[in-house]
Amino acid sequence: MGKAFVFGDGISTDLLAPGNKLKCPPEELVRHCMTAMMPEFPDVAACGDIVFAGKNFGQGSSREQAVVSLQLLGIQAVLATSFARIFYRNALNLGLPIFEFAHTHEISAGDAVDLDLDSGTLTNRTTGKSYEITPLPPQLMKIVEAGGLIADLERRIGEGG
Amino acid sequence: MNRPATMAEKIIARAAGLKDVTPGQIVTAQVDFAFAHDGSGPRRWAPHLERLGIDIWDPSKVAIVTDHYVPAADADAAGILKISRDFVRDQNIDQFFDMIGICHLVLPEKGLMRPGAFVAGGDSHSPTGGAFGAYVAGYGAIDMVGIVATGETWVRVPETIRIEIDGKLPKGVVAKDLMLMLCREVGMDNAFRAFEFAGSTVDAMSMHERMVLTNMTTELGGEVGMIAPDDTTFEYLANTGKPVDDEDAARALATDPGARYEAVHRFDIATMAPQVAAPHSPENTDDVEHHAGIRVDQAYIGACVGAKLSDLHMAARVLKGKKVADHVRLLVAPASQETMIKASGDGTIQILAEAGAKILSTGCGACAGMGAGILSDGDVCISSTNRNFQGRMGHTGAEVYLGSPYTTAASAVAGHIADPRTMIEAE
Repeated sequence: MGKAFVFGDGISTDLLAPGNKLKCPPEELVRHCMTAMMPEFPDVAACGDIVFAGKNFGQGSSREQAVVSLQLLGIQAVLATSFARIFYRNALNLGLPIFEFAHTHEISAGDAVDLDLDSGTLTNRTTGKSYEITPLPPQLMKIVEAGGLIADLERRIGEGG
Repeated sequence: MNRPATMAEKIIARAAGLKDVTPGQIVTAQVDFAFAHDGSGPRRWAPHLERLGIDIWDPSKVAIVTDHYVPAADADAAGILKISRDFVRDQNIDQFFDMIGICHLVLPEKGLMRPGAFVAGGDSHSPTGGAFGAYVAGYGAIDMVGIVATGETWVRVPETIRIEIDGKLPKGVVAKDLMLMLCREVGMDNAFRAFEFAGSTVDAMSMHERMVLTNMTTELGGEVGMIAPDDTTFEYLANTGKPVDDEDAARALATDPGARYEAVHRFDIATMAPQVAAPHSPENTDDVEHHAGIRVDQAYIGACVGAKLSDLHMAARVLKGKKVADHVRLLVAPASQETMIKASGDGTIQILAEAGAKILSTGCGACAGMGAGILSDGDVCISSTNRNFQGRMGHTGAEVYLGSPYTTAASAVAGHIADPRTMIEAE
């Protein structure tokens, strides 16, 4: 179980991982994740927390540091109305679970939320409501289940193709 | 007889070795060409390839362009560039373009964007190359590792959205204004869609202007932006020394009559005004008059979208014989060495410099938040670049407005956001 962070539409990779900090090592870059919008985010985000957002989450640059920063902060999953394409691919490739979710407006910041990937259920313990999560297409779930694209590649190379 | 297909569907079907494909289907495509830059490429690929114990699948199909950390401004940047140089040597990559411009312009200049090709680029603005009738999408670094290791990637066949633009562009209105308008009208939440640009306005555009349309398909959220190859395409490629052998085959890439579109949007632009996008999103776009008068500290003409020769010519047509306002710093970072050479040869650079512009080194520069020209807290900038997300060009407290090179130059002279239409010299 974790707590919910709720953001609006169009959260960009510049907010998640600012361009002028990209030379920093990941553990320092992460101190700037979302701070332009919520200065305390890196301090209060904890393992198991879930980010909820509106449309086009992760728009902008192709930088994977946007995904890595969320992972380093312990964010368990991102549920958004829709995702920008490169962020979507990057998240799968790095093993960060992401799901399209139409009910962000029913989640409040700080709600206690529970995501069960096996049953595909999100439970909001604060409001008592449960939601069914649409699973990823099976071809893509295989990449996430392998632990990301590199692990998937390792497996394929190990199998000789 | 295959059923009618869109340009995107034809290229994906060919790359996937299938007779036809349907939107939504997930297929594996063989990649014809892959590229990346110093920021997204070798420095991120090398550790993974080393650990996997494999090399690039086909070095002749890979190009590396250094454009993000150039020229090195500190030891970290120098180290990143050195990784690129070592990598291309170790991996026998001949197509290495070191500090001669931004990848999205350099690769077309080298004739490497080919009609019908399935291309993977390690940068979000990769769709630029779709102006040549190629399927060029952007990928993150791990995706690119998979691509350069295996030569293939998964594709969810996109729905195609057709943008038809007709009418003669009014004075002072250019492709950049169209794209800012489209960010507002079509929105930026169009992930996994292919965009197709057509209509008499597009037909009449130069390749440089067409590349603005496909470049900013990224801001629309699209996977690719494409324009069917025509005589303009063939002439450009012939001038690179790599003409198209089979022009009929290239023309046949165009979407078939009767093919299914998710949507068709039609625009008549004959009465359109120059557009300006307010902070912090390209979709906050309105006619220039709505922002006119906002005082600017910096005007920036740069990036893959906004500092090609055509863009510098626009700036020069405004700046000729004028001076940049005292309180404004006008920075110009030509998008490639070839741009710099041509703009020097035809007097453009002299016009810009005499007006007070500071000419910077070629590269992605301040647009990517890493080069010269970074903004401080409270700075207001008008920029010919493609994005104005909060914090992109430096401090999160900076405000970036987007406009065409005309509008950016006119605002530099006025000292505030200004309508360029009364300031443009006759050609």
